[in-house]
Amino acid sequence: MPPLVVERLSKRFDEKVALDDVSLEVHPAELFGLVGPDGGGKTTLFRILTTLLIPDAGSGTVLGLDVVRDLWAIRARVGYMPGRFSLYPDLSVEENLTFFASVFGTSLAEGYAIIEPIYKQIEPFRARRAGALSGGMKQKLALCCALVHRPEILFLDEPTTGVDAVSRREFWDLLHDLKLSGLPIVVATPYMDEANRCDRVALMQQGRVLAIDAPAAIGKRFPNPLFAVRGRDRFALLQALRAFPSAVSTFLFGAELHYADARTDMAPAAIADELRSQLRAKGFADAEVAPISPGIEDTFMALMGEPPAVAA
Amino acid sequence: MSVAIDVRDLTRRFGTFTAVDSITFQVKKGEVFGFLGANGAGKTTAIKMLIGLLAPTSGQASVAGFDVRRQTEQVRRVIGYMSQRFSLYEDLTGRENITLYGGIYGLTDAEIASRGDALIDALHLGKSADDRVASLPLGWKQKLAFSVALLHQPAVVFLDEPTGGVDPITRRQFWEMIYAAAARGTTVFVTTHYLDEAEYCDRVSIMVDGRIGAMGTPADLKDEFGVATLDELFVQLARPTAAAPG
Repeated sequence: MPPLVVERLSKRFDEKVALDDVSLEVHPAELFGLVGPDGGGKTTLFRILTTLLIPDAGSGTVLGLDVVRDLWAIRARVGYMPGRFSLYPDLSVEENLTFFASVFGTSLAEGYAIIEPIYKQIEPFRARRAGALSGGMKQKLALCCALVHRPEILFLDEPTTGVDAVSRREFWDLLHDLKLSGLPIVVATPYMDEANRCDRVALMQQGRVLAIDAPAAIGKRFPNPLFAVRGRDRFALLQALRAFPSAVSTFLFGAELHYADARTDMAPAAIADELRSQLRAKGFADAEVAPISPGIEDTFMALMGEPPAVAA
Repeated sequence: MSVAIDVRDLTRRFGTFTAVDSITFQVKKGEVFGFLGANGAGKTTAIKMLIGLLAPTSGQASVAGFDVRRQTEQVRRVIGYMSQRFSLYEDLTGRENITLYGGIYGLTDAEIASRGDALIDALHLGKSADDRVASLPLGWKQKLAFSVALLHQPAVVFLDEPTGGVDPITRRQFWEMIYAAAARGTTVFVTTHYLDEAEYCDRVSIMVDGRIGAMGTPADLKDEFGVATLDELFVQLARPTAAAPG
């Protein structure tokens, strides 16, 4: 049986739909990403899977145990790192770890082997108050605390939010190593670029799953030919591209603009040539246009359709 | 072109720890300036000095011509500020927030009414302007907070991680609002952990251990350091040393 099975889960809070008919499966030793912005339903899903919340409809099993009936059995066997920093800021690094180990009826010594590669990095600061650690270090400590009782599946709710790009990278390296040890990991992130570090991802938006697939396969779901456009005056270029009759979407994208064209039956190279000459005719002398392969963020935006409306 | 932010040898120490170590830079009027750095590199301390919340240990800084040490009150009047953590009062409606901030910044009732209506129209808020801010989706909250920070037409607006957790389409709409404000002459000083957003800035600086490790246009910086993306440059410069947990 897969370590995690979710079937048609739904949850509302008053009139607000937090989870809308969500189904997914996580495989053994898989690093599975829940990718999407705030309000996507990621935290609600974690709370149901860790037995902190009861779903309105649907079912879920974690390690073969039912998320409603078997709550005590599940709690002992999962590791959960909530989105908010939830360690004791006035306890030291080592005291936090000892505390979390004792809550699960184990000890730091028994759990040491699994946390060692991560704990090594913060061990020089083991006497420091947890509240006085930097963002990246706090996250490493929180990960240690979620692992110290040797869980059989790990749930991480936005462990890298508010953490700088360097610490984010290091954190994902740690997750990758953990996964290689055989542990299934479900991790939520609002950063689209982090989705590429997962084996498979579920794209989530306003309580719904937009797509589930390997990161490389998600990009292939983009429905239109896509082009990277470069030029000095990006803001003006953006307006000009949006005015083209066959424009589907035009978005800022790092140093480039990503432009999707409606003409699926025309060779991308020919569309690029046409766009380039039209842009140059409009005065964008340095405009460059090249066909590109869509990535996860492109697909996410295409599947999102309209951005979330104000209070429907 | 006139200078909106002028920083010279700005330093702040806490006891023996130097959080900001003699930084010098200028931001031009109407420029979108990205202020990057790892957690603990000194960004927040520097911003607090620029908005008059923290006195420098040494060095000078002026914002829109006002000295941050001696003319704190004037500085606060000519700047706008929003962050991911604090922007609007959640228990007030959008319209009530507009009235509150308009009042704080000394706008007349007529100005509050006309600018407030224009803002609500521009954001297509409609009737939702009378809902509690807490009930708005995060992206809308952030766009509203940005508009409110611009209500008193500040010379410089400080945005501290304005798009954290915001969906990818709304994030881009937010940056188009930034471009529009800059085109009207507002100077934008912005921090972000999204390095694709750093590419949207006219110039960026990257702080490393209290100093400015690199500064320039995104294109020039990539050339200078021989990297393909600002993400690579950031990792190259900002990798924290093992001895400094920051």
